[in-house]
Amino acid sequence: MRLQLISQEVWNGLRRNLSVVVSVVLVTFISLSFVGAAILLQLQINQMKGFWYDRAQVGIYFCGPVDATETCTQTAATEEQVQAVRDVLEGGAIAPYVAHVEFEDRALAYEHFMEQFGGTASAEFASPETMNEALWVRPTNPTDADLIREATAAMPGVLEVRDQRALLEPIFQVLNTASLAAIGVAVLMLVAAVLLISTTIRLSAFSRKRELGIMRLVGASNRFIQTPFIIEGVVAALVGAVLAAGSVIAVVHFFLQGYVAPMLQTIAIVTIEDALIVAPVLIGIGVLFAGVAAAVAIRRYLKI
Amino acid sequence: MIRFDEVSKTYSRKARPALDGISLEILKGEFVFLVGASGSGKSTLIRMVLREETPSSGEVHVLGQRLKALPSRRVPFFRRNLGVVFQDFRLLHNKTVYENVAFTLQVIGKSRGFISEAVPDVLKIVGLAGKASRLPHELSGGEQQRVAIARAVVNRPPILLADEPTGNLDPSTSAGIMALLARINEGGTTVVMATHEASIVDEMQKRVVELDAGVIMRDEAHGSYRRHLAELDEALEPEEEIA
Repeated sequence: MRLQLISQEVWNGLRRNLSVVVSVVLVTFISLSFVGAAILLQLQINQMKGFWYDRAQVGIYFCGPVDATETCTQTAATEEQVQAVRDVLEGGAIAPYVAHVEFEDRALAYEHFMEQFGGTASAEFASPETMNEALWVRPTNPTDADLIREATAAMPGVLEVRDQRALLEPIFQVLNTASLAAIGVAVLMLVAAVLLISTTIRLSAFSRKRELGIMRLVGASNRFIQTPFIIEGVVAALVGAVLAAGSVIAVVHFFLQGYVAPMLQTIAIVTIEDALIVAPVLIGIGVLFAGVAAAVAIRRYLKI
Repeated sequence: MIRFDEVSKTYSRKARPALDGISLEILKGEFVFLVGASGSGKSTLIRMVLREETPSSGEVHVLGQRLKALPSRRVPFFRRNLGVVFQDFRLLHNKTVYENVAFTLQVIGKSRGFISEAVPDVLKIVGLAGKASRLPHELSGGEQQRVAIARAVVNRPPILLADEPTGNLDPSTSAGIMALLARINEGGTTVVMATHEASIVDEMQKRVVELDAGVIMRDEAHGSYRRHLAELDEALEPEEEIA
């Protein structure tokens, strides 16, 4: 009986304020879409970090015959110098932080260079002699790269120690900024959504003032009086949240996985599984915010 | 049933208190008229019984409850023991007579079976058995007030409060409403009714409590609307006999 009465009240309330309810749905939809985008961006960043950091190596380049720096004297690094660096990596204090060391001689470096830049203008001037010998070091943990640099950069015959991770940082910076911007927009939109929900509930309560007065008079409990309004707010927000969750899943499935991923095969893109994790989070946020906003908005009408 | 001990109510804006040291006891089964000019404190007194207002000082006891000690969340449950009728009926215009009465029972969680028995019963008592499916605007003022009374008593409350229930009705319709209230009172319900209408009070010969500026001026067991009128009547009687 009461359940039927409450659901009837909710339905009447939603129908009576249809235009405002539609705006609640839209604002919730958009705000939660931004929340979803922000979460997906963070997931994307984490995924890319995991993917690239595992592959990122520290390159220790040795002096070539033309290099003149603090450690190079326009003579190529000797085999002894290379071996000394190797010894530090494999037998020194930093050995526990080094997972793998591989030597790349000039011929191999030329081969890699041609794989990457073959056919371009710079490839025409390249020859095995212009390449630098290098040791490619994979740290046990990507964050240990600095230890390897500190231990080897000043050794004789070492031209440069380059952490590949540093090349990726700008990309992550851009993605992170985008994610923060999405969060900022999401927060603003959520504030708008919460205010709109509480306005809607106040409006709905105002149009039912007479009923509320009679309910209070005959002794309806506060919970009974407020429940339809809270459900009303939650239902409107839930519709928006479901739309947002649906659009996040659709974007991941059709755009990211269906269109972007085949083009960028070397980059791991967020998958539909990630989107399926985000969806209930969005619905949860929508329901929670709407419920609290409606409960606070209706409180004034419950004062005895 | 209802007891006021030295109850005063002061609204911060007004210097004069709405109620000023009222002490009053109303027993089970009594029919009490509250009379007095507008602003004399009748409505404030009724609102205090309902606990819509709390006294600035003094104690109000209703049905054995000390209202000051009643926590807000218990107030709805306390109110289920009180029926209330107003001058302006306060019906829901989009609900039929039956639905208006049933609404009271629905919102306090009565079962469907109970409602389908209690509502027709109470509509018969107030004389609206054939009009259950009418909307309020299809009824006369007297009939609307009967719906309001039906709604107030359908839950069989021990106390019925009526604030000027005949204020919007013509004299003959008012008489019908008063007969109904008297019948409800005979069934054991305590009735407290605030009114302006001298003829009704004089007709009923029930207890009269007169308020003036928040003070009880008079409390008579079988009173009439105005003391001086009653005295005047007595004074006039011999002359009338002579005439």
